[in-house]
Amino acid sequence: MRLSTIPSVLGALAVSLLLWKAVVVIGGYPPFILPPPESVLVRLVEAWTDGVMAPHAATTLLEIGLGFAVGSVAALVVGYVLGRSSFVARLISPYLVAAQATPILALAPVLALWFGPGLLSKVVIAALIVFFPVAVSTMVGIRSVDAGLLELARSLRATRRQVVMTLEIPAALPSIFGGLRIGITLAVVGAIVGEWAGAERGLGVLVNLARGSLFDIPLMFATLVTIAAIGVALYLAVVLVERRLVPAR
Amino acid sequence: MTEAAAPGRIDVHDLAVEFPRRGEAPLLAIDGVEFSVSGGEIVSLIGPNGCGKSTILRSIAGLVRPSRGQVLLDGGAIDGPDPRIGLVFQEPRLLPWRTVARNVAYALELAGFPRPVREVRVLELLRRVGLQDSATVLPAQLSGGMRQRAALARALALEPEVLLLDEPFSALDAMTRDRFNLELLRLWGRLRTTIVVVTHSISEAIFLGDRVIVLGARPGRVVADIAVPLSRPRTIDQLDEAAVSATAREIRRHLDLVAA
Ligand SMILES: Nc1ncnc2c1ncn2[C@@H]1O[C@H](COP(=O)(O)OP(=O)(O)O)[C@@H](O)[C@H]1O
Ligand SMILES: [Mg+2]
Repeated sequence: MRLSTIPSVLGALAVSLLLWKAVVVIGGYPPFILPPPESVLVRLVEAWTDGVMAPHAATTLLEIGLGFAVGSVAALVVGYVLGRSSFVARLISPYLVAAQATPILALAPVLALWFGPGLLSKVVIAALIVFFPVAVSTMVGIRSVDAGLLELARSLRATRRQVVMTLEIPAALPSIFGGLRIGITLAVVGAIVGEWAGAERGLGVLVNLARGSLFDIPLMFATLVTIAAIGVALYLAVVLVERRLVPAR
Repeated sequence: MTEAAAPGRIDVHDLAVEFPRRGEAPLLAIDGVEFSVSGGEIVSLIGPNGCGKSTILRSIAGLVRPSRGQVLLDGGAIDGPDPRIGLVFQEPRLLPWRTVARNVAYALELAGFPRPVREVRVLELLRRVGLQDSATVLPAQLSGGMRQRAALARALALEPEVLLLDEPFSALDAMTRDRFNLELLRLWGRLRTTIVVVTHSISEAIFLGDRVIVLGARPGRVVADIAVPLSRPRTIDQLDEAAVSATAREIRRHLDLVAA
């Protein structure tokens, strides 16, 4: 991200806060339906300083991180094989697509049942939802490697490993990062969905608590803001890594 | 095998290449191609489109397995890519994410040369092809001609005995092409590598070659092997000599026969 994009991001933020405020004022909504932005902001700062938010955020962040890592690594390996072997691709694509077409929301309770209410079920759910876009983008990237360059490498007697490291990975990286960008935002969704299917801690749990037993609607919104902020921050982190790794061409 | 002659001798013997086709009989691209190139000689290959010129070059380069016959380099059979052979394709085939210098270094890198050796060699290679000022530039920022120079530098990186050029300058305009051909010959004057160059320009074939080998339509085979009566070093003016037009006429006659 360039420095020059920061003003536009802040501008967009200011505009959406103003819109929010306008909707509250013009619509005349009570705070338990749509609290005004300033009270959510106050509650947000409060929740972060009095230690309500932090443990939940840490749990969710861990689930997202592990789920994203596991899902991406598995997807890179599978996507590579799919890209290299159209036979394997034909063989297992139907299963992948079927798995992807099954809504994660419907799958989450089953996975929670199998993997328990702890960290594991969330990591599995997040990993599953991350897997598909990363695998597909890896496959597409690997297939995009120019046949002429592969022949060149062969004429220079490149080893399999050299072909992977010097041609296939650099050529596939832009596409792979396209998948990782989608994947990181889906990892957030996966972690929250996993928490809803049964958990003791996490931002998804806190949303439900705030809406239910606590009936603290500003806290609920503050939690949503936190989730969104985590999503944006992680997305930007992926973009930064991409900037470092994907060479200009 | 010890040879008194210069290294880089190529013998193409009864070469046939078939490409498998789905649901059809295999495509016979070349059939019974037979010619030899002495070490240090320059031979031009000319022939109609699709007659198998690239296939012959790729067989010599060890990239295609012949269905019959063989290619010998200095008396030994070629059965795969060989560092004694440098290859320039019709397209530059540069890695778009690597600078010119790192593209040239690519050949050395894959062959396992350590970085200090690579750096020294690459500078020298870039100087040879006139790219010393473009070392840190990406291929996308180069003209087509400069890209092809970079590809030539890369092909020379392993100090091959044989240079195979597949219509290397066909994408360039006529004037640039003349200049490149002159530079190529000047380079050859110092390196004395064997050169086999595919072209579809009769004048280019004559200007570069000691001999011009004319190939017939698919399945390709040699229909004429014509010596070029020009001395070296060559100059563009030689193309106006009467002997050249006689040679050109003969080549054209064979090409026309093939087309008819
Ligand atoms: N890898 C390949 N697979 C199938 N057919 C091929 C392949 N390479 C070349 N051919 C076919 O072989 C014939 C000769 O091709 P090529 O050697 O490229 O001709 P030229 O270079 O003389 O134009 C053409 O008909 C071409 O379509
Ligand atoms: Mg060709």
